[in-house]
Amino acid sequence: MAETLAPVAPGGGSRSPGRSLSAFLHQRPRLRLSLLLSAPVAWLVVAYLGSLVALFLSAFWTVDTFTGALIREWNLENFRTLVTDSVYRTITLRTLGVAALVTVIDALIAFPMAFAMAKLVSPRARRFLVVAVLMPLWSSYLVKAYAWRVMLGEGGFVDSVFGTTPGYGLTAAVIVLAYLWLPYMILPIYAGLERLPDSLLEASSDLGARAGRTFRKVIFPMTMPAVIAGSIFTFSLSLGDYIAVQIVGGKTQLIGNVVYSNIGAANNLPFAAAFALVPVLIMVGYLMAVRRTGALDEL
Amino acid sequence: MRRNRTLLAVAAASVLLLTAACGSSSSGSKGGTSASGFKVPDIPMQKEIGPGEGQVNLVAWAGYVEDGSTDPKLDWVTEFEKETGCQVNVKVAGSSDEMVSLMRTGQYDGVSASGDATLRLIAAGDVAPVNTSLIPNYVDVFDGLKNKPWNTVNGKTYGVPHGRGANLLMWRSDVVKPAPDSWSVVWDANSPYKGKVTAYDSPIYIADAALYLMHTKPELGIKNPYALDDKQFQAAIDLLKQQKTVVGEYWSDYLKAVQAFKSGSTVVGTAWQVLANMAQKEGAPVQTTLPKEGSTGWSDTWMISSKAKHPNCMYKWMNHIISPKVNAQVAEWFGEAPANKKSCALTSDKNHCNTFHAEDEQYFSKVWFWTTPVKDCLDGRGPKCKDYAAWTQAWTQIKG
Amino acid sequence: MNLSRGARALLRLWLVLGLAVIYVPLLIVLVNSFNAGRTFAWPPEGFTLDWWARAWGNQGARAALWTSVQAALGATAVALLLGTMTAFAVHRYKFFGQRPLSLAVVLPIALPGIVTGIALNTAFRTTLEPLGIGFGLMTVIIGHATFCIVVVYNNVIARLRRVSRSLEEASMDLGADTFQTFRHVTFPAIRSALLAGALLAFALSFDEIIVTTFTAGAGVQTLPIWIYTNLARPNQAPIVNVVAVFVIVLSVIPIWLAQRLSSDGASPTAHTR
Repeated sequence: MAETLAPVAPGGGSRSPGRSLSAFLHQRPRLRLSLLLSAPVAWLVVAYLGSLVALFLSAFWTVDTFTGALIREWNLENFRTLVTDSVYRTITLRTLGVAALVTVIDALIAFPMAFAMAKLVSPRARRFLVVAVLMPLWSSYLVKAYAWRVMLGEGGFVDSVFGTTPGYGLTAAVIVLAYLWLPYMILPIYAGLERLPDSLLEASSDLGARAGRTFRKVIFPMTMPAVIAGSIFTFSLSLGDYIAVQIVGGKTQLIGNVVYSNIGAANNLPFAAAFALVPVLIMVGYLMAVRRTGALDEL
Repeated sequence: MRRNRTLLAVAAASVLLLTAACGSSSSGSKGGTSASGFKVPDIPMQKEIGPGEGQVNLVAWAGYVEDGSTDPKLDWVTEFEKETGCQVNVKVAGSSDEMVSLMRTGQYDGVSASGDATLRLIAAGDVAPVNTSLIPNYVDVFDGLKNKPWNTVNGKTYGVPHGRGANLLMWRSDVVKPAPDSWSVVWDANSPYKGKVTAYDSPIYIADAALYLMHTKPELGIKNPYALDDKQFQAAIDLLKQQKTVVGEYWSDYLKAVQAFKSGSTVVGTAWQVLANMAQKEGAPVQTTLPKEGSTGWSDTWMISSKAKHPNCMYKWMNHIISPKVNAQVAEWFGEAPANKKSCALTSDKNHCNTFHAEDEQYFSKVWFWTTPVKDCLDGRGPKCKDYAAWTQAWTQIKG
Repeated sequence: MNLSRGARALLRLWLVLGLAVIYVPLLIVLVNSFNAGRTFAWPPEGFTLDWWARAWGNQGARAALWTSVQAALGATAVALLLGTMTAFAVHRYKFFGQRPLSLAVVLPIALPGIVTGIALNTAFRTTLEPLGIGFGLMTVIIGHATFCIVVVYNNVIARLRRVSRSLEEASMDLGADTFQTFRHVTFPAIRSALLAGALLAFALSFDEIIVTTFTAGAGVQTLPIWIYTNLARPNQAPIVNVVAVFVIVLSVIPIWLAQRLSSDGASPTAHTR
């Protein structure tokens, strides 16, 4: 901490209340810190993490199927079902596969786009392009998903342009999820590339590196955190989605669908909580793995 | 939202006490006395209607209480408010569970409850018996909706029927030939319409498989599609798993179903009459039928809270919502058969009641209205049936 | 960078194609808002302005739009406050639990919405309802703010790392107190970061549906919930398209304004999600 000395009160005697409070706080950095931290900690740690922990504790309970009431007795029944019943393993693997595929597709599409935006166009055009990428975030997720449903239908836009359509199913779900989350991948990568000084790239080429080598040795390592930041969005949004999958997924069900139907239709919160723990563990593991790269600062 | 309510409308609760009460679901049985063991709290019935209290708080399905905010033409609330001085406050509920928990708060005067929620509310003493003599329009309600196991217990009526509908077989007449008259067309593993069959996305759809098995495999001994023991349940699941290979997609909302039938992504499957009407209006060549095996269906009831703070306004509302003109409007907007006989003459589409078979008791006698499956078999065989939790888990298994 | 002409052209083409992919479905939405068919038939069956007229008079849509704006403003305000506080605490101090806290900030947006949704739903039911506080707009704001904090936090902390502390010290040396220094020195320095964070928080909240589903009171209809309910009725589906187009067009205003207002030249999307 830089300021350890109390400020000199100008003019001596007449101190406003604000000024004395300021001086009071200034002399007590710990108190200032506690004041700064109180609300965020209460909100994020006590309320939010508290809710999460409470939810996952309930995964060890069961539901009385007669009354719908929770039976608060510890048991591992829900987890046993998850592990032994092959259908849940299949669904988990399918969901992971979809999330990974969506992330890879988005990264492959987004990186060249972001690169062109950040390095190849005039600042004026850049400003316009950022708006163009941001705008879809404002158009309803549901409306976009339904628009895709129409496009993928028999005789729809995709059918009439390409002569064939994947129809509704797993492929459609991957396409639509990749579409929906694309801006979430473009924006962090663009921000990362924009921060990358042009002089660095020039230095690389002055030293004789070809474009490919500059990309491998300079651009990619330095924008990796941004790509990972984008992947956190695409991955987690795909892991939890159940609405878009319902709209275009045909018979497909992902973790989100099963969790949702267990809360809603079956009123079985404990089982829903147990299954919801799967994407949480995956995401927390992922976050822990990537936090050293600095990706979390790029979100 | 129909999607949610049907998905969720069937959540299990204290209905297990009902045993045989719901067994004879729709076969025209009168006198809805429940089986012994179904204890109903003794809640006094209102004797007369006093002046309105100035407002009424309702819990309802989307589309049941329209005040013009969805569409200025859809307004049967403003007129009621003017006539009675009862300001209507409505909470749209998304599921039967939500309805039950909202009613438990005691802050609401009435609810438009579905077949399963009604019994939970009655059993818990959340709703009071309804004095039908205070509701002039009640006499005009179809007999097929009065004194049913889901709205009448121990001879006491607990609500005013709102409307009903059946789950029909729908097909594209330009593709599916000859016109089917049996559900077999959606259950056949070698269906020529493979990949273009649709089914309803809810665990309650297992009952449709059971219904089909009632006719094709009598040796299983299924008496009620909502009361399945291990063996019968397994047979239904096997049938559904086999069906999955020909299903293109499961539908859960209006738009999805109509759009799929219209584009031809789907050519045959289970649907509602209202979907067929919409698809036809859009120019899609679709037809529906109630297949020879019968079908499943739904029915709703308006009930009054036992803790109603505005009971007089609630009685006035119950009378209003089943009044001929209003019931006609609701039925047309929502796409169901009205509860009031006189509504049929007042629908803007003169054919509405024919289309929805409102006056055809013979038709509805073939419909097994949705009932919550409980452990204590609904057909009175004792506690060996699969409950709704098992149905839900099985539905996940079937979809895989 | 010595990119060949061809490579540059290829990258530009890729950008154009990518934007085309992003905008084609939105165009379909626009076209469908004039489509005479009610279920978004393709190709469009005829031109009509009927949906636009009906959407204009639709009370439910207006009420939902207003609810969404309120929810988003509330969530943004909370996120601005908490995000800034956290950023200052993490940047200016060293304390026990710093790293876990910075992870806790990220968690709500990194976990699937359905998890946050059901966790908050259960928590509200067990803690708020016994106090007589039911689900309503407030619970939606709490839910949205939780995952919006991170976008403000990341924008502000990134800015703080770039702003030199010496300016603040100079201000203090010249006799300004903590609050004056904040008002005249620190705040102007982080203003555009706050704006960028706020804009994004607003957008995130505005289109959120999953957390909203689990935290909204039965009477609270945000725009996405209204859209969901009305998409389930084919009679209403075209009106939903109109509302969606309307919102997209409207959204240009805040985005453009934010671009203009970010006076220091930094893009408001730097450090966006």
